[in-house]
Amino acid sequence: MATMLDSYVAEAERAASAGRQGDPTWLMETRRHALERFTALGFPTTREEEWRFTSLAPIAERRFVLAKNGASALRPQDLDPLRLPGTTAATLVFANGRYVPAASDIRGLPPGVRIDSLGVAMSQPASAIEKHLTRAASADRHAFTALNTAFLLDGAFLSVPDGIQVETPIQFVFLAIGDEPETVAHPRVLVVMGAGSKASIVESYSGAHASPYFTNTVTELFAGEDATLNHYKLQQESAACAHIGAMYVRAARNSTVTCHSISLGGSLVRNEVIVVMDGEGAECTLNGLYFGDGRTLVDNHTTIDHARPHCTSREVYKGILADHARAVFNGKIIVRPDAQKTDAKQTNKALLLSEDAQINTKPELEIFANDVKCTHGAAIGQMDEEAIFYLRARGFGEHEARRMLIQAFAGDVLSRIPIGTLGARLDQELMRRLPGEHR
Amino acid sequence: MLRIENLHVRAGNRDILRGVNLSIDIGQVHAIMGPNGSGKSTLARVLAGHPEYAVTGGTVAYRGQDLLAMDPEMRAREGVFMAFQYPVEIPGVNNAYFLKSALNALRKHRGEEELDAMDFMTLVRDRMKWLDMDETLLNRAVNEGFSGGEKKRNEIFQMAVLEPALAILDETDSGLDIDALRIVARGVNAMRGPDRAILLVTHYQRLLNYIVPDVVHVLTDGRIVRSGGKELALELEEKGYVWLEQAV
Ligand SMILES: Nc1ncnc2c1ncn2[C@@H]1O[C@H](COP(=O)(O)OP(=O)(O)OP(=O)(O)O)[C@@H](O)[C@H]1O
Ligand SMILES: [Mg+2]
Repeated sequence: MATMLDSYVAEAERAASAGRQGDPTWLMETRRHALERFTALGFPTTREEEWRFTSLAPIAERRFVLAKNGASALRPQDLDPLRLPGTTAATLVFANGRYVPAASDIRGLPPGVRIDSLGVAMSQPASAIEKHLTRAASADRHAFTALNTAFLLDGAFLSVPDGIQVETPIQFVFLAIGDEPETVAHPRVLVVMGAGSKASIVESYSGAHASPYFTNTVTELFAGEDATLNHYKLQQESAACAHIGAMYVRAARNSTVTCHSISLGGSLVRNEVIVVMDGEGAECTLNGLYFGDGRTLVDNHTTIDHARPHCTSREVYKGILADHARAVFNGKIIVRPDAQKTDAKQTNKALLLSEDAQINTKPELEIFANDVKCTHGAAIGQMDEEAIFYLRARGFGEHEARRMLIQAFAGDVLSRIPIGTLGARLDQELMRRLPGEHR
Repeated sequence: MLRIENLHVRAGNRDILRGVNLSIDIGQVHAIMGPNGSGKSTLARVLAGHPEYAVTGGTVAYRGQDLLAMDPEMRAREGVFMAFQYPVEIPGVNNAYFLKSALNALRKHRGEEELDAMDFMTLVRDRMKWLDMDETLLNRAVNEGFSGGEKKRNEIFQMAVLEPALAILDETDSGLDIDALRIVARGVNAMRGPDRAILLVTHYQRLLNYIVPDVVHVLTDGRIVRSGGKELALELEEKGYVWLEQAV
């Protein structure tokens, strides 16, 4: 195991020194500290409570090497199916975590909005980034966040100034490409929303690799006072992917943050969302839909930290599991001692399409205030056979009846996506992945 | 239209139907009455093709075809409709979408053009009027959160839209208030005609005042023990089923 860690260390040092000339001291220091933390922490094991049901052996036992800049291998047809329907304010494309300016387009942004590759933004002197980068995503305790930070080379940066409303969505496309086996990329996203600003951000991850690859992504979102932030994470990696994603959100006073997580691909998947309700009156909504088949493991860990009074959170996560797929759902809600009048509601449901599919699910409520409303509910079940019969008795074929029920189950989450036909497209994508469908 | 001969059905470890014989001609309305647990719903559900029952003997011919060899969806497309005693809630599936897709599946099977949204709505509005149904139910999920009576009415509404050749109504009258009973009966009577047969399962002779049957059967303990005209229902109302069991 140690040798695997060593190889990450050697690569991180090599990568950092390659960019050394232009990089500011704070950045080099940040990477160095993160690498130290990663070395000290190592990959988590199932002995750790947070990873109890999620064995990382597929990652820890392979020697993933840093993927080369894939820009030259990028073909338009790789991108077309990923582009959002309708108009977008900006699209940034990343191949193996590195920005591809030629494939990107930022012309639809209103004036004042700053968008750039992190690589460029970080290297500028007196960068505004320093105030935010790693401030929500601490490398201290989270091995994968530390690893991502140790490889902090590039990514997406968006800054929306006070009062600016971006009406059409902004898309960050992360693609794993190239024909090298066993590569890793560490995509990074930083979004800073000013007071009263508004934006919708779609982060999509996909890959075409047939051999194992590893995506280790970290996103930091700062929603300023009264800001409205809609975030969509679309995980459509290939079945060869180990996808570890951590998203850290800071919601300031009276901000409204909605995070959708649609996770359809990958073989070992961990989606973490950590929201800190950092100012009174903030509202947060988490909508999740995940699918697993084959021997996939999909792990969703969410934390909503009610750090201030009068905040509201709503969370709905739904999973569909076929074949021998396994899922983990862990929804933590923390209500800090002075977070009175917290109103939190969490629901998680799973539909098991096979006898062999299974889920470990656990709500974790840590409530330290007394005047709060906190509810949670979980429902795990198989397909309702009486409903199938009802549909068949009205003339629907059995296959169609099953699809309709799955669609209805998923539709509860997908119908909440207000971007053009994106919800319908994801629905098709899900249907295509169901067992018994042509792939 | 329907000829059931010596039908034996098992569910779980129990023989529930033990030699049912029943023939319905096109244009007729038959009623089946019988005590709780006698097998009325089992008969209805077997005719609709529910997979939880095993047919251990006998035959069912529907318009000359072997009904038992057909999948439930095939039976539906061939014109068999069962109104469920307990209609199923299907969250997330819109009632109007459901009904339109169902209707178009039948039409496609018959080689007819699919109905477009406009024609469908015209048909639906007309049938809703028959049943005095609240139009908002159309935009809700199928049966989800419907009251008991609304569910039953929705079943008859579906029947009125799908226009089956053979309608099997399993206790559609149970749980309806007096006005609703009359309205539903009006809907069923409107469907009555020379091209259609109807099999009503009911506990109450009152329904049969509104929908006057051609034949009444009594099912006890998995067998039809008596068949007769509409007077039989009145006799049952008066004397109960014990009288019949003794007579057998
Ligand atoms: N899947 C099953 N497994 C075992 N027993 C069953 C099953 N389905 C039905 N039964 C039994 O068969 C018997 C007949 O049930 P059925 O529902 O047909 O009665 P019914 O005549 O419709 O009664 P009711 O008037 O109460 O609706 C009952 O005793 C019931 O418990
Ligand atoms: Mg019954």
